[in-house]
Amino acid sequence: MKLLTRKVVGLTGDGAAAEAMRQIDPDVVAAYPITPQTEIVEKFAEYVAGGLVNTEFICVESEHSAISACCGSSAAGARTVTATSSQGLALMHEMLYIAAANRLPIVMINVNRALSAPLNIHNDQSDTFGSRDAGWIQLYCENVQEVYDTTIQGIRIAEHPEVQLPVMVCLDGFILSHSMERLELLSDAEVKDFIGAFRPRTNLLDFDKPITLGAAAMPEYYFEHRFAQSYALDRALERVVAVDQEFGAKFARSYGVVEAYRMDDAELAVVTLGSLAGTTKFVVDRFREEGVKAGSLKIKLFRPFPIEAVAAALKNVKAAAVLEKAISPGAPGPALFSDVLGALYHQGVKASLISYVAGLGGRDVPPKSITRIYNHLQQIAETGRIGRILNYLDLRGWQ
Amino acid sequence: MKDDSIRKLDKAKLPAWDEIPLGWALLSEGSDDFKTGGWRSQHPVLDPEKCTSCLFCWIYCPDSAIRVKDGKMAGFDESLCKGCGICSTECPQGAIKMAEGAGALKEGE
Repeated sequence: MKLLTRKVVGLTGDGAAAEAMRQIDPDVVAAYPITPQTEIVEKFAEYVAGGLVNTEFICVESEHSAISACCGSSAAGARTVTATSSQGLALMHEMLYIAAANRLPIVMINVNRALSAPLNIHNDQSDTFGSRDAGWIQLYCENVQEVYDTTIQGIRIAEHPEVQLPVMVCLDGFILSHSMERLELLSDAEVKDFIGAFRPRTNLLDFDKPITLGAAAMPEYYFEHRFAQSYALDRALERVVAVDQEFGAKFARSYGVVEAYRMDDAELAVVTLGSLAGTTKFVVDRFREEGVKAGSLKIKLFRPFPIEAVAAALKNVKAAAVLEKAISPGAPGPALFSDVLGALYHQGVKASLISYVAGLGGRDVPPKSITRIYNHLQQIAETGRIGRILNYLDLRGWQ
Repeated sequence: MKDDSIRKLDKAKLPAWDEIPLGWALLSEGSDDFKTGGWRSQHPVLDPEKCTSCLFCWIYCPDSAIRVKDGKMAGFDESLCKGCGICSTECPQGAIKMAEGAGALKEGE
């Protein structure tokens, strides 16, 4: 008999994010509500009103103002958290680059939702994929437990002295944000102890030591500045691994930067992220029952992209597909596919790789659809012919 | 990174990428190293009779171009004033008027 040592609750993804925020007790939260993120801000506002946190909650008039206020408060030395989704993230776009370039360790929870037009409130990942070059660390969650754990880990990652970069915690709209799941909570003391006290690098309100943050950098400085920032993001991978390992050692849950599921002898693999990773594992199990050597690879850390881990996991497969809920109009392939392809090229791995775009605007991606991807991979493995590289799952009129 | 300290940039030596201060945080009270005076197509003119040295101009100036001496308004810094006119708009006494051209920015001109 396994004894429960932790508090077990039922929470939605939004509820879990809000609970993590309550335990983190940030100095400042500036946020604006947007479906399907609203419940995070709503719940957290209740915590503020009820005196359960010491947070200064700033009600702003837009997401551009929300992230601007967050940049200011973080630069002033306050631990800062926000949350948004879709159009809200798009409205934040210019400030996302500024938060990263000024090295402000803000943590943002983004509930993945499709971008307009046409207007759609449901899940896909085009919002955060569109921000992939902004310089933020991006972590994607498979389930509600992971949303909770990743939010807490995010604080430690962002604030690490060698990282000092903003972190985006991404969860799928409705599929995770509004689905109630069982999860285990840490105690308030455990969270407080794990994240530790915030030791800000900059304090704009220190009048005895005035500094300038956000000064212009003309052509003789800008390039070096941008490279230093890019280098820091690449190096952050090690810290993400270290924080996750420490979390695992303390609380017996860890995720890695990728999760290779039944990949040891796998010949066919689907690479994906977010909640799709869970559905894909279910399909993998079914193929394994039939004796098919199927596996899957979950990308937990999308920025910085775990080049070596991805290539290592895929180096022996006969055929692989990248399954993602975003489309990159005019590009040689969608974002995650292009990154996986790039990782393989970096590491000198030659694999038969195809792309599948699925689930745009919240269209369901059931196991039977993912099954068809594995069937397609079986064909490629048997014939050795890749055929069409870019594929679209359950798109009417596309054959 | 070699240097993540917050410091004043040494302009004599251009830093390599790993010598750039972390997040471009600079030990300086403003952008006074960046000479924007050459941008000016209008210039402010101070009326010392009307000026009460409330220093609204100093607070609002985006470019450290208001000179202050012994707590009093002491004219404009020619190398920094880009002629935006914010001081003129914000002055509660109407003591700063904008005039055409780059001007010499002498006090009381």
